Amino acid sequence: MKKEGASVKTRRFVSNTVVHIVLAALAILWLFPIFWVVMKSFSTDIGPYTTRFWPSELTLNNYKRLFTDTTVLNFPRMFMNTLIVAIFSCLISTFMTLSVSYCMSRLRFKLRKPFMNLAMILTLFPGFMSMVAIYYILRALGLSEGAMIRVALVMVYSGGAGLGFYVAKGFFDTIPKALDEAALLDGATNWQVFTKITMPLSKPIIVYTVLTSFMGPWTDFIFAKVICRANADYYTVAIGLWRMLEKEYITKWFTSFAAGAVLISIPISILFLVTQKFYADGLSGAVKG
Amino acid sequence: MSKGISGLFTKKVSDFATPYTLGAAVRKGDLGTRLSLVVCGAGNMLHRQVGKGILFLLVEAAYIWFMIRSGIYNISMLPSLGWLEQEEVWNEAKGIFEYTAGHQSILILLYGVVTIFLTAMFVVFWRGCLKSAYKAQCLQAEGKHVPGLREDIRELFNSNLQKLLMTVPLLGIVAFTVLPLIFMISMAFTNYSKLGDHLVLFDWVGLANFKKVLSFSDSIGQTFWGVLGWTIVWAVCATAFNYILGMILAIVINRKGTRCKAFWRFCFMLSVAIPQFVSLLIIRTMFNQDGIVNMMLKQWGLISSSLPFFSNATWARIMVILINLWVGIPYTMMQATGILQNIPQELYESARVDGAGPVVTFFKITLPYMMFVMTPYLITQFTGNVNNFNVIYLLSGGNPTPVGSTAGKTDLLVTWLYKLTVDQQYYNLGAVIGILTFVVLAIVALVTYHNTGSYKDEEGFQ
Repeated sequence: MKKEGASVKTRRFVSNTVVHIVLAALAILWLFPIFWVVMKSFSTDIGPYTTRFWPSELTLNNYKRLFTDTTVLNFPRMFMNTLIVAIFSCLISTFMTLSVSYCMSRLRFKLRKPFMNLAMILTLFPGFMSMVAIYYILRALGLSEGAMIRVALVMVYSGGAGLGFYVAKGFFDTIPKALDEAALLDGATNWQVFTKITMPLSKPIIVYTVLTSFMGPWTDFIFAKVICRANADYYTVAIGLWRMLEKEYITKWFTSFAAGAVLISIPISILFLVTQKFYADGLSGAVKG
Repeated sequence: MSKGISGLFTKKVSDFATPYTLGAAVRKGDLGTRLSLVVCGAGNMLHRQVGKGILFLLVEAAYIWFMIRSGIYNISMLPSLGWLEQEEVWNEAKGIFEYTAGHQSILILLYGVVTIFLTAMFVVFWRGCLKSAYKAQCLQAEGKHVPGLREDIRELFNSNLQKLLMTVPLLGIVAFTVLPLIFMISMAFTNYSKLGDHLVLFDWVGLANFKKVLSFSDSIGQTFWGVLGWTIVWAVCATAFNYILGMILAIVINRKGTRCKAFWRFCFMLSVAIPQFVSLLIIRTMFNQDGIVNMMLKQWGLISSSLPFFSNATWARIMVILINLWVGIPYTMMQATGILQNIPQELYESARVDGAGPVVTFFKITLPYMMFVMTPYLITQFTGNVNNFNVIYLLSGGNPTPVGSTAGKTDLLVTWLYKLTVDQQYYNLGAVIGILTFVVLAIVALVTYHNTGSYKDEEGFQ
């Protein structure tokens, strides 16, 4: 009896060790590019193609340069542009997504199923197939020049938010319907159920929705490129970073790119990791099985 | 507002049957209701709903004003798409060349499509008016209370909450998704392209573009079948490997013996937390011909010349699938972790009591549960991968590209679409590719989605 227990123990020890070694190797593989770009952002070797992994000297100049050298690529302005666009489109899309999700989950009306089918069909089209068309629509609305470009970006990023209701709807579906019914029996209106019962129970999914919609403008460069065209004053961070890697800039701007990448990744990663619990909850539902 | 489009997919749903239908309104309507056929809101005004009636009338007036101002002209131009070329005219008095404004087909097409849209919306609105008038008439005839505007507004917060909450999102969807899509789809039937110099003035050409793309003899057609094949291979590989490996990773981290679960999850999650285009650009630079990976391998003496990561077709294809694993596995891991922790522990306990080993519990409990919950996720992953622009465009840019071809060896349909429209300005061919991509995805989605439990049994979780 005892002997068998011991062999099970060794077997468990061996398998645990193997698992941990494999996990460690994978983790290194996953973290290597991140680590490399962080090293690069402090490096004094400016170009991307150096033979050394470890930089010869560490410096903060790349970060300084990013915010002071505004002659070719004005990073501070791009940062502000993106921040403004992100805040507004985040507010609008969160409102839209949550509204639609709630309607889809809780209310029963004639157009519900048709709308869900339509949404599914629309998501099957390549997202930016309509890119050129959107540009012409924005031009017809007079939103393609000057400061209106920011409005155009906000509209493009939040316009389709109503279609991204699946995750939030799935979350709302898990909130017991009995709660709503009890409130309705007590004379509450649907609006009160939405604002006073569903919303307070849905913090995880609200955080999730806010986060994903806030991140959109920071990471999109396709629409931003098409809408901004040559208006460098309204470039977002994504276009800026993208341009730093173009052939004419890369040799001089690569370390600045690394610094910029680190800078915008830090807040986004922190937001993401802090709310990681919410994130996972949001995907798996409010009420644990 | 998109009732006009979504109405196409409406099946007869008896749950929402109402006596106030269009037919009944025409057959049994009184003078006021019938007057609403022409003057929206007339019936409501005659049946104690003055405020509502005036609102309806205002909408109709606005529509008529728009149609007279420009709508009728817009639609009349649609069949021809314009013919007037921009011309230089010598101005004697000023002694300069002046340009006469020519027609711009693209704007004519856009305004035409918008006008048709507005008209469709107006028809839906008009039907609504008629029904509303008939309802007011019936309520009055039955001696019931006819709700005033204020009560209607109050109902927006209760029984009609969906109207309040959905209107703005629907408007957004119509303006920025549906309308551009239809606009783009209509381009597929024109010769709007740099080929033959049709960028300003173009015409309807029917199905010619589809024939060109689908034919085996045309060079565009040959490219299409090649790209389609690779797109499907890519999507299947990317989805399947991500799913299987991600799930294994989640299970390995979640198993009892693994220490520091949170730390391991953190390591993998970090790559998700970083904006995708940043990490992809970094990886591309690392795997460049002179990038750090080649340099290090050379330094260690493992290779003598640079590995052709993105310049050889086979290498490039394998690389994009591998790097996509780097991007995708943590996502699946996160999803799977949440679901794993949600599996009721009683199931495992009773299985253990019954003497089931870890392998049996995995195949009998874990896997079926995961499959049930994650099938919709798998489908969205598959469609996401078919439309995965970022990974391909940022990593390989579709390269290597054979000389003279419009698509590279790693180009997916979407990246090819992007190149055709943005770089080549073959807008009509791009639109055709978009439509065909949709067709491929629609077939896959229809077959699988309707067979999944969570679609059929949508209310099962509640």
